[in-house]
Amino acid sequence: MHTAPNLQLQSIPGAVQAAQAEIAPEQLHEVCAQAQAQGARLLALWGCDDTDQGRGFALRVALLTGTGLLCLRVALGPDHPHYPSIADVFPAAGRMQRATYDLLGVHAQGSSDSRKWLRHGAWPGGVFPLRKGQALGAAFEPGADHYPFVRVEGEGVHEIPVGPVHAGTIEPGHFRFSIVGESVLRLEERLGYKHKGIEKLAEGMAIEQAARLVGRVSGDSTVAYAWAYAQAAESIARLQAPPRAVWLRAIALELERIHNHLGDLGYLGNDVALSFGFFQFWRLKELALRVNAQLFGHRYLMDLIVPGGVALDMPPEGPQRLFELCGLLESEVRTLRAIYDEHAGVQDRFMGAGRVAPELAQSMGLTGFAGRASGLAADLRVDHPCAPYDRFEVRMATHGEGDVAARVSVRFDEVLESLRLIRVLLGQAQAGPVRQPLDDAGGFGVGLIEGWRGEVLVAVEVDAHTRIRRLHPHDPSWQNWPLLERAVMDNIVPDFPLINKSFNLSYSGHDL
Amino acid sequence: MYTLLKQIARSGIVTDVEVQVDDALRVTKQGLDDAILRRFGRSLSIRHVDAGSCNGCELEIHMAQTAHYNVEGLGIKFVASPRHADMLLVTGPVSRHMEVALKRTYEATPDPKLVVAIGDCGCTGGVFGESYASCGRVSNVIPVDVAVPGCPPTPEAIMQGILTAITRERTIG
Repeated sequence: MHTAPNLQLQSIPGAVQAAQAEIAPEQLHEVCAQAQAQGARLLALWGCDDTDQGRGFALRVALLTGTGLLCLRVALGPDHPHYPSIADVFPAAGRMQRATYDLLGVHAQGSSDSRKWLRHGAWPGGVFPLRKGQALGAAFEPGADHYPFVRVEGEGVHEIPVGPVHAGTIEPGHFRFSIVGESVLRLEERLGYKHKGIEKLAEGMAIEQAARLVGRVSGDSTVAYAWAYAQAAESIARLQAPPRAVWLRAIALELERIHNHLGDLGYLGNDVALSFGFFQFWRLKELALRVNAQLFGHRYLMDLIVPGGVALDMPPEGPQRLFELCGLLESEVRTLRAIYDEHAGVQDRFMGAGRVAPELAQSMGLTGFAGRASGLAADLRVDHPCAPYDRFEVRMATHGEGDVAARVSVRFDEVLESLRLIRVLLGQAQAGPVRQPLDDAGGFGVGLIEGWRGEVLVAVEVDAHTRIRRLHPHDPSWQNWPLLERAVMDNIVPDFPLINKSFNLSYSGHDL
Repeated sequence: MYTLLKQIARSGIVTDVEVQVDDALRVTKQGLDDAILRRFGRSLSIRHVDAGSCNGCELEIHMAQTAHYNVEGLGIKFVASPRHADMLLVTGPVSRHMEVALKRTYEATPDPKLVVAIGDCGCTGGVFGESYASCGRVSNVIPVDVAVPGCPPTPEAIMQGILTAITRERTIG
């Protein structure tokens, strides 16, 4: 890897091009700055308590470089563990560092924002749930949640607090708008309402058992999470999933991309008062979900991907049903796209709304389709393809405007591309078994998948008794939530639902 | 506009699901008298509260409101405020960070009110169970009338749960 020639890199075997390196805390900032200068992006940051092994604490940082995934492990002391903040290099690190403190008591020094993040009132400050000595079931008297929002002052400024219970079928989170008239001066998000203790819960689980849990970190991305987790488990077991299994996984991942984009394209119509769009796109989404249920036994393909392969094979009529579905969806989506494109009222609301300029997207680390809509040409399926994506070309969709219209356009392109990819995949059918048993093994493994929203990373550490020591699932929403705050600035409050839906970020995947 | 109208005409009416009441979903005995149930049955307002789900159940609650299922065709609509609601549809294990918000939403809903817990997590805590961060099932936090299992439950099952809550319990035997 070019990023930091002084690093002692050790390759991580598996489907993902990945390497790891052990560094000292005082090297962290420089290594990150060097990597960033060469185009690396921050994927995830989390911590581990290894004090039970006499090793103190550790910070882990996952970067995506030109040559693949780079996992840094930073050994920290057992008492008052701390490390230099890297939020000045990678702004997305800020909230991850705050969450790491809330959960593990590992402190980022020199950070400009050290407010709590995932902790509300469920456990007191000074208690760190992810420490080994802390029991999963330890419940505390609910405390008050004092959170110092940033106040905007000046003539005519007032605040609108929204949530956690929103008007609509939406996940819970709190939004604090500071406005003048109808115009948003500042939006501040407060997340963490859905924190369910997923990482703590995984500790001690068997590998197969945790697959069900990881598939429910963010239900709308269950395929991406299950695949990334399977990659991590297979990396530890030094096992390659059978070719037919990875072939089926890719079909499932593209189906997931299609039905999520279809659902959001419908809601984006609804949010600009074109309920026609909602009913049309959700009609198509339902057709796709019914095919999922017929072929794979689950409308959202939950629990289909398992460590070692897939849980069940597609029935013989599968390819035919998928060809039919793709043909139907393609013609309908093209018709609906023309209707959206030519609808003056829709375009008037879409264009210019919620703009994230390419420079801002680049510096803040916007990712996934939202990044591609702000000119960032990055897609794991193209840049670092794992099997079977290494066997065919994926045409990446990008757009330079970064507004709602751009995100809509990229979503349309990606639906059509996924429909094409499924047909390409069907033409390259693989025979053979779909699952291989996993040998018992311990160690560190990582998986990385381009889900519909962006890169989903799952890192796993397994102990000598094949029980999970540490599991960290990372949702791309971590990177994109801060950009939503920026996207709504200078827009009007009534456009917030539209802008929010154009990103459709996960609360559950972020809150863990 | 012509292509839009043509598309509507071409799509036709796609609603193809009929839902039956299922008494097995009841958690508590139906406590509302016939007069109230008759009123609810004609026009029911629902407030959905996500108390900590993985967002899977939300996908199917959305779907119940689409053309294939047409929950609004039964006189059931989703409203923006608990103060306008007759029923709370609650998803997720209740995260400890949502406990207060859920209780306040329940208190803000005028009596008589109904609560339907949606999904395996809402029924039992599901894969998340009870922990430092999760209160587990919905009935650990507020009273529940009907619980609909599934991960996620299908739109039919969700509609069945809603209908069961507003229907008089059939006497057995």
